[in-house]
Amino acid sequence: MLVDLPGGWSPLLGRLAWSQIPYANPILAPLFVAVVIGAIIILGLITYYGKWTYLWKEWLTTVDHKKLGVMYIIIGLVMLFRGFIDGLMIRTQQVWAVGPHSSGVFGSLHGYLTPFHFGQVYSAHGLIMILLAATPLLVGFMNIIVPIQVGARDMAYPYLNALGLWITAAAAALIMISLFVGDFAHNGWFEYAPIFEMQYSPGVGVDYWMWTLQLLALGTTLGGINILATIIKMRAPGMTWGKLPIFVWASLASNVIALTSFPALQVALALVAADRYLGAHFFTAGMGGNLMLYTNLFWIWGHPEVYFVILPAFGMMSEIFPTFSEKPLFGYMTMVLASMAIAGVSWLVWLHHFFTMGAGPYVNTAFSVATMLVGIPTGVKVFNWAFTMYRGRLTFNAAMLWAIGALFLLLVGGLTGMMLAIPAINYMVHNSVFVVAHFHSMLLVIVYAVFGSVLYWFPKVFGFKLDEFWAKTMFWLFSAGTVLVFVPMYMLGFMGMTRRLEYVFNTAWQPYLDVMELGIVVYTLSVLAFIVLLYVSVRDHAKNRVGADAWGTSRSLEWLTHSPVPFYNFAVLPHVNERDELAWRREHGIDHVRPEHYDDIHMPNNTGVAIIIGALTFVLGFALTWRIWWLCIVALLAIIVLMIIRSFRGDPGYIITGAELQRMEEEAYRREAQIADSHHIHPVSGGVVGNAMAYQRNDSSK
Amino acid sequence: MSSHASTVDPKKAELWDTHHHSHDVISTRTLGYFLYLLSDGMLFATLFAAYGVLSYQHSYFGGPTPAEFVKPWYTFAQTIALFLSVLAYGFGMNALKHKNKSGLINGMLAAFVLGVVFLVLDIHDMSHLYSMGITLASSGGMSAFMVLTQVHATHIFFGLIWILVMIAQVMTKGFTEETVGRLLTLRMFWHLQAVIWVFVYIFVYLWGYIS
Repeated sequence: MLVDLPGGWSPLLGRLAWSQIPYANPILAPLFVAVVIGAIIILGLITYYGKWTYLWKEWLTTVDHKKLGVMYIIIGLVMLFRGFIDGLMIRTQQVWAVGPHSSGVFGSLHGYLTPFHFGQVYSAHGLIMILLAATPLLVGFMNIIVPIQVGARDMAYPYLNALGLWITAAAAALIMISLFVGDFAHNGWFEYAPIFEMQYSPGVGVDYWMWTLQLLALGTTLGGINILATIIKMRAPGMTWGKLPIFVWASLASNVIALTSFPALQVALALVAADRYLGAHFFTAGMGGNLMLYTNLFWIWGHPEVYFVILPAFGMMSEIFPTFSEKPLFGYMTMVLASMAIAGVSWLVWLHHFFTMGAGPYVNTAFSVATMLVGIPTGVKVFNWAFTMYRGRLTFNAAMLWAIGALFLLLVGGLTGMMLAIPAINYMVHNSVFVVAHFHSMLLVIVYAVFGSVLYWFPKVFGFKLDEFWAKTMFWLFSAGTVLVFVPMYMLGFMGMTRRLEYVFNTAWQPYLDVMELGIVVYTLSVLAFIVLLYVSVRDHAKNRVGADAWGTSRSLEWLTHSPVPFYNFAVLPHVNERDELAWRREHGIDHVRPEHYDDIHMPNNTGVAIIIGALTFVLGFALTWRIWWLCIVALLAIIVLMIIRSFRGDPGYIITGAELQRMEEEAYRREAQIADSHHIHPVSGGVVGNAMAYQRNDSSK
Repeated sequence: MSSHASTVDPKKAELWDTHHHSHDVISTRTLGYFLYLLSDGMLFATLFAAYGVLSYQHSYFGGPTPAEFVKPWYTFAQTIALFLSVLAYGFGMNALKHKNKSGLINGMLAAFVLGVVFLVLDIHDMSHLYSMGITLASSGGMSAFMVLTQVHATHIFFGLIWILVMIAQVMTKGFTEETVGRLLTLRMFWHLQAVIWVFVYIFVYLWGYIS
């Protein structure tokens, strides 16, 4: 053993011992009981209704990109909830522990969380929100939408797609188990050198953090390769690059970033592992290590990652605005160029996360200018969306409200970002909650775009719309929460409040913290509204069924096929003639033209290998965290052997005959004919600036 | 820009893909693998950056520096072994073009043996350093030296496993779409590792020797 381990180690269990289970913790122990009871109830219900076979055959072994996407989104929403609870805990601690006279419970001098526990909470909050909520949500949407928008039957590599999902699920499981076995990192979600070194962080928290991130990076890289290859290779005939839907362009730009930047993170983490496991000196304070090397390597990934998550959100907004403005997207080509420009510039700005490193005026100026450059393509996008809405026929349904909310937040977050790009200001507010409020505004752009997309694409995936009333209720509650939490946070930042305070020393800040606590309560109400929304929508789903073109004004290929999308996506692949193919077909009254005959198609088989490898990566991550070496070797060997076996067997796939396809298609058309066409939308040209085609609503009841 | 002029006559437009586009599995797979290799290249780029930052005099903290123990002729033998391995693989792929199964397997076997020679030389070198008390725990500079060279060696190790798997697959299955696609991707992988070795040899061994 190259590294001296504090505490015990046994060959069988590594560092794992009973003392690592926090059964005496007044917060975690009841939570653990609740989780166990909840899990027993869920497993019991699945057994009671006899759904295990269904679950295994239809979901756990599936290679269908839509089902994998739905599972990505479920992981994302569950982790969003976990991250939200962490946020609630942070806010409650800060409103409680103000000033020397504030009370303390549960062994804490002030508030209810000890500093060590509070550190774990904010570290987990950051990591979860960015990498386990935002990333799976966006990857899930790209998974579902990109293949249908480019007119493909599946991703380029369906099996690899399943593998990516289950590795991501393994990472989520790893960070969740850190709640109840051992502890999580307490030094912030991006960590610092040298505090993550063994002598300063002797527990397993940093190891949990490291392997969770490593697994996520692996899963995301695999997903990125898949989406890029799908876009390059699987486009329907006639879909030239100039006719690519804008969300696909955004996904392309985003995954170029993912593919190139995640290896930098993997190396940074591997070097941390070398320090902690092998006794290397990459980031140690002595022995020739370099502390800032870690910070640079991390943010060389970290800043491109920010654009990796925001670009798909921009793509989602670019789909929602034209549909509900009943106009084509303004400035398609500039939008494409802006996405690519953002992807390029994302590599030149990492140092603005630590201007205070003191690299000197020339370096700081270069990165300051590069950071401001990002504002140009982003500004182009903002104006394009504004001009898309300008003189359009706007429908203010819930999806549109979320998109507009995202636009407002982008302005707030973007302009404060421009302020922070100036080193002179940055030195003043560095590591203050002003910065925290800024990047929360930006990440909330993603949350808004994601909820807009949930409403927008839900009918495509499940065949019925979500309830408008509760969706709007949720939107307004969420927005009120956003204002109440983050406006005071910006103000506190200017007053000099630094981030990550488990004890707030200045009692003058109490009123602001009270408002923020009120905000997080309103956020909680919006979470409840979301649960009601799901319940009400599923209860009334028979009333809200939709046909292929759920909104009646949407423009791209995914709305050409049935809702819910059949597992083969398109019985006959469409031939693309125009940029907004569906809008063009509707305009000329040919959107209901069916294919004349159906040919045999080839589909991939389901496989259980992906989920087993995913489970093994979880075992590997857990064994590495606890240094159970024999288990590491077993898990790694099992993964390699499984991959080799899978490669020998291959997947011949199966054939759906044309006759069978025709039968399924006719059944789908019959089902669609039963849905009352509530839109009655017919194309009428003119009336919109630029002679764009708009759609008149002809209410036949009048 | 807001209006997109229609150029296709909707009455005559082709709406469905009536032609049979045979899906080119090999080209899709090699493209995906090429994309993966880009990320592998980024991985090495990051490691080289770390090596650059940690190869100052003070990075060695008064301990051994590469100038003290690097033998360029020894690593040049490794270079020759790896390049000959790539060449043998190339001959094997040439046999594939002529559907010559035994030629391909012979080429792959030669590539495997030469790869093993490379790896044995590397392991011998490392154990020699270890016997002199030089490990990755010696200093920050030595950490960067060891991790960069051994990450490359790990790639070679997994490439060798892959070559064995491919020899077995070609022997049992012959030249199918899947095996040929994998032979091509493995070739790309093997070539890239040789290209990266050029950088390792120049920047780590030669530069380390003269500095």
